[in-house]
Amino acid sequence: MNIIVCIKQVPDTTEVKIDPVTNTLVREGVPSIINPFDENAIECALQLVEKHGGQCTIITMGPPQASQALKDALAMGADEAILVSDRAFAGSDTLATSYTLAQTVRKIGDYDLIICGKQAFDGDTAQVGPGLAEHLGIPQVTYAIDLEVEGKKAKVKRLLSDRFEIVETRLPCLITVVKQMNEPRHASLKNVMKARKKEIPSWTAADIEADTDRCGLNGSPTNVVRVFAPDRHSHGERLEGEVPEQVSALVSKLREKMVI
Amino acid sequence: MGIYIDSEKCTGCKLCLAACPYGAIEMVDGKARFTDDCTSCGACVSSCKFGAIVMEITRKEEVDTSQYSGLWVLAETHDGKLADVTLELLSEGRKLADELGEDVSLVLAGQEVEGLVPIAAAYGADKVYLVEHEVLAQYRTDPFTSVICGLINKYKPEIVLIGATTMGRDLASRIAARIGAGLTADCTGLAIDPETRLLMQTRPAFGGNVMATIVCRNARPQMSTVRPRVMKKAEPDTSRQAEIIRQSVELNEKSIASKILEVIREEGSSELDVQEAEIIVSGGRGLRKPENFALVRELAEVLGAAVGASRATVDAGWIPAYHQVGQTGKTVQPKLYIACGISGAVQHLAGMSSADCIVAINSDPSAPIFNVAHYGLVGDLFEVVPALTKALKKELGQE
Repeated sequence: MNIIVCIKQVPDTTEVKIDPVTNTLVREGVPSIINPFDENAIECALQLVEKHGGQCTIITMGPPQASQALKDALAMGADEAILVSDRAFAGSDTLATSYTLAQTVRKIGDYDLIICGKQAFDGDTAQVGPGLAEHLGIPQVTYAIDLEVEGKKAKVKRLLSDRFEIVETRLPCLITVVKQMNEPRHASLKNVMKARKKEIPSWTAADIEADTDRCGLNGSPTNVVRVFAPDRHSHGERLEGEVPEQVSALVSKLREKMVI
Repeated sequence: MGIYIDSEKCTGCKLCLAACPYGAIEMVDGKARFTDDCTSCGACVSSCKFGAIVMEITRKEEVDTSQYSGLWVLAETHDGKLADVTLELLSEGRKLADELGEDVSLVLAGQEVEGLVPIAAAYGADKVYLVEHEVLAQYRTDPFTSVICGLINKYKPEIVLIGATTMGRDLASRIAARIGAGLTADCTGLAIDPETRLLMQTRPAFGGNVMATIVCRNARPQMSTVRPRVMKKAEPDTSRQAEIIRQSVELNEKSIASKILEVIREEGSSELDVQEAEIIVSGGRGLRKPENFALVRELAEVLGAAVGASRATVDAGWIPAYHQVGQTGKTVQPKLYIACGISGAVQHLAGMSSADCIVAINSDPSAPIFNVAHYGLVGDLFEVVPALTKALKKELGQE
């Protein structure tokens, strides 16, 4: 079984700040990591390959330094990794990104399953996985917490807000996975060494035969027009004093406002 | 938006006929051909085993935006009722459409759902596009995408709003990719720019540390998902009526790739859901260890409140994800929200700042949570929370 896992390198978002003067993101010194949900996707793929044979290929679209995320994925045990990188991809929104990934998958050709994390940690959109499935014309099953493959069918347990759903679909298909699905493995020393030596090919827009009008800013219908720090004006009241005074002041305020 | 059949590749197998919801493919001289009823919904594309049906997305600069008008809300139903998020979006959509001087329509797809039209009207719908079919009884990506893309291509709405639920996110991204529309996820603010008449979509980005306003200049429709409880429901006006525009579709269970084999609802969970609760007591990293959630639970119990949690505590595995409040968790709008040891990353604030009354307990006086709190208590939560629990027990006569 051949599985493609799409990953994204993301900044560790808890560290991102906005420059109050220039109103732009300060990203220097912010560590980059594999999007945590994508680690669950890699783990899911590795388990399936262990069970059914085949190979696991990791792809990512990003700047050259995103190859570090691919190295990390190889160190977890993935067989192959491909970076898709071109200046033409800069400024991609989710539509352009899913198109670019679809062209990459087409170039790889043979696959039974595509697995993605349910969403990226930085953008939180959950739009690229379904977009990719649509461009490839294959079924999607989102929010998977469990996945079994038998023959040409996948049986997926979905985690929804108030229920689970068991869905059966045909392969090839695209699955997005939730964190609760598994515990991603740590890199083994052997795989770390292997990953270090492994050449990671970098494919350009031309390599994947992408129409550059559909990539990057050109191919992105949405545009960010303003980035700003959230409104953090304080309108509240501090209840001062020792703990007993604070607590009794609070209780009487809550009573006054009739919220308790 | 263009769709065509490559007659060289077409083998005349008729699979696409079964897949077309609009009955818009006919066989002419052993080859498939689209009739005038074709809405370019795209349902046939993946049904063709020979790659003979090709869909091309119109380039954004070629979209004639003037052809698009009106605001649509895509309905989500639960157990035969309209989901709250649908009513919230109708209420918000009404305000936006009034600024544009346009209509609000609800797209209602399902099985026997016509009875929901009056409620949609009461919350602001002028029209309801009604699609009823047994195949649409439960939400599934493929048939819903095709049916709704068909309607969008036929009636050309300017704006489409969808709840950012598991269903809405699954559906909206698929529709947007099929028709080449711009889609913005999890908007916390929507407004119309008076000059350009564009929809200004504001959402938290980078884990909520910044806010971004996004527009979609050339592609249409402009699509947004909005989380439950972000927008406020209007007062229903039962005197309002909505025009029904019925769309008949031909759907064939056999041509749909995915089947729902089973739905499992977790019974017997005695824990109150944060989205249902009037009062929420939430814990954050300040609790230091998972066991200390007991302090939060004790306070919650006294108040009859639900237990909430920050992303950090859920990610650390201290508490199950369904307690999570925030941009990646649930958005809540309780009467009272008590945050214990939560610093208040914007990602968390995005999920709870519209609570009527917010109390923050934190040892760090500069924690951002104090900026949204109505009442802030700077102090050690290990002292303050038990003292508050005790005081409330007394106040509420539980001793």
